[in-house]
Amino acid sequence: MISIKNLKANIEGKEILKGLNLQVNAGEVHAIMGPNGSGKSTLANVLSGNENYEVTDGEVTFNGKNLLELSPEDRAREGLFLAFQYPVEIPGISNATFLQTAINEIRKYNGKDELTPKEFLDMMREKAKIVGMDDSLISRAVNAGFSGGEKKRNEIFQLLMLQPKLAILDETDSGLDIDALKIVSQGVNEYKSDDNAVILVTHYQRLLDYIVPDYIHVLYNGRIIKSGGKDLALELEEKGYDWIKEGEFDSVGTQG
Amino acid sequence: MKSVVKNRKANDWYVSLMESFEAKLNGKDNSFLKDLRKSAIDKLAATDFPTLKTEEWKYTNLNRVLKNEFIHAASVEKVDLVKEDVDKFKAEDFEYHLLVFINGIFSEELSEVGELPKNVFAGSLNDEIQSDNKIVKNYLGKQIENKTAFDHLNDAYMLDGAFVSIPDGTVLEKPIQVLNISGHKNELTFNTPRNLIVAGKNAQASIFFKYVGIEGNKYFTNSVTEIFVDESAMVNVYKIELEDVESYHIERTEIYQKANSIFNHYNFTFGGSLVRNDINSIMDDENIECHLNGLYIGRDSQHFDNHTFIDHAKPNCYSNELYKGILDDKAHGVFSGKILVDKDAQKTNAYQSNKTILLSEEASIDTKPQLEIYADDVKCSHGATVGHLDETALFYILSRGIPEEKAKSMLITAFAEDVVSKVKISELKDKLNHLIFEHLNRVEV
Repeated sequence: MISIKNLKANIEGKEILKGLNLQVNAGEVHAIMGPNGSGKSTLANVLSGNENYEVTDGEVTFNGKNLLELSPEDRAREGLFLAFQYPVEIPGISNATFLQTAINEIRKYNGKDELTPKEFLDMMREKAKIVGMDDSLISRAVNAGFSGGEKKRNEIFQLLMLQPKLAILDETDSGLDIDALKIVSQGVNEYKSDDNAVILVTHYQRLLDYIVPDYIHVLYNGRIIKSGGKDLALELEEKGYDWIKEGEFDSVGTQG
Repeated sequence: MKSVVKNRKANDWYVSLMESFEAKLNGKDNSFLKDLRKSAIDKLAATDFPTLKTEEWKYTNLNRVLKNEFIHAASVEKVDLVKEDVDKFKAEDFEYHLLVFINGIFSEELSEVGELPKNVFAGSLNDEIQSDNKIVKNYLGKQIENKTAFDHLNDAYMLDGAFVSIPDGTVLEKPIQVLNISGHKNELTFNTPRNLIVAGKNAQASIFFKYVGIEGNKYFTNSVTEIFVDESAMVNVYKIELEDVESYHIERTEIYQKANSIFNHYNFTFGGSLVRNDINSIMDDENIECHLNGLYIGRDSQHFDNHTFIDHAKPNCYSNELYKGILDDKAHGVFSGKILVDKDAQKTNAYQSNKTILLSEEASIDTKPQLEIYADDVKCSHGATVGHLDETALFYILSRGIPEEKAKSMLITAFAEDVVSKVKISELKDKLNHLIFEHLNRVEV
């Protein structure tokens, strides 16, 4: 699905990613964990094409294409989705208009016909139910006046609507109470299939109780310094990150 | 046809035209107007037009207006329009009483006033001047102080305009649309609409001014609008300025409110090469609410200047101003908002905000909020921001597969939303959103 090799990236001249390697295949869920400032969000933003970050070295292949050469909109059309840590409010643009535009642009790029308004509305109603959003959402403006939790839920709703091949969730669990966390997780689990993949970027283990990863990677100082199965999360929860930091030079993990 | 005034002051030019103007009037005059005219022309002769050295005009170079030798539209061959012309211009999607003015002169044939509530008047100011209407005599020109040469020019050449009067306790259900169609095929013309709105106690009304131009030569609209809102009345005034892009539009709007009244102004600027709005609100009584909303959408080398002045003369009043602009190409905006809180005006609430988005490197805005507060128990704030489309928001939209042009249009809609959403006529909101993108030549979402 996606293959990241020796990825290095700067923001405002400061190197954040210092040679990151990661391989994610279809049907897999990977969690990227790590302390604050380790480069987790940078990875999410670089992959989705945020121009504030400068890629200085490395390769990213996404479904056989050179991802780093694609514009953010083409990355989305190729099937990459980022659930933002801080979703943006767009007053005056309804969720329906926003998603209909997005879906039809993606379909057009992939040589498919646009959805009819009825097909679109049926889909919207069906997916809204999964994340417990009611019909009034359809006409409400994108994230305008939403609480933090509602915004996160709306990101997952967009994920369900756009049906990407690879979903990157950037701290989607932050700021959620337990009920919201369950709903968001349910949405992600609904999305998950053998044909797509998920990268969960998170600081905490608790999301992983609801979305069970196949692999966990610890990101520290711009590199993946440890990789393992889901039990690694429990170990991190118990011991924190320090024990890994001490051995950071021992293993530079690639997984897959 | 282009001619340039050289070594002559612009006010002398306009004074020199008076004789031929009066000769053409054919009874559209009476002693009331004649007296006004005579005193105004003397004042115009003695008053130069503002220059960049005039404090209130320092960001607006009037040269592009004043260099032209405009002739009053009433002094040249009359512009004949038919119903189809009007259909092209009028706002379609909601019900209203339609008053049509061509170069500031009422057209009875083209207007569709329809049925009005008892004792409501909506029609030609000139007709009412001719018939010695008492309301007109009591209110016309009574409130305007600190006149500029533009005000004298309007006084001197005043002929007609919309007169709307709503008696005490009357609620007007449908808005009144005042459609001003200006310009001339063969001549460089100026026109001088004079509008008067008088709402009685507990009256309610909405008036919708639309300024458009016919194809032909550039022209100059010099308008004065006076609005009186009596006790506990509520008046909404919409202005959609869509003048021909080569033309000039200068309007002074004077609002005078009495106790417990509410006034809402919605000022949308799209057209014109140079546009200046002076909007002055005098709150000379208690518990008054005044809301001034504005949106200016500029492209090419359009120059839009909005000057507002709110005078909190008495206690317990509330004013709120929200002016937003989107400027592309080399468009230039000016916002000057002055709020004066007199020393008696305790418990005043006065808020003002001016925000502008520049879509190009060459677009610019001069913004000047001014608070003058002489009372000590007040809540006042003002703020001004200038910026570009938000990069983070743009990235968010792009990351959903939406192309850049559409993404930018979404952000433009989002920026304009809080002004557009204040409009109470829902069909008009859609129309405004459409006009924004039509004017900016951008894809509409």
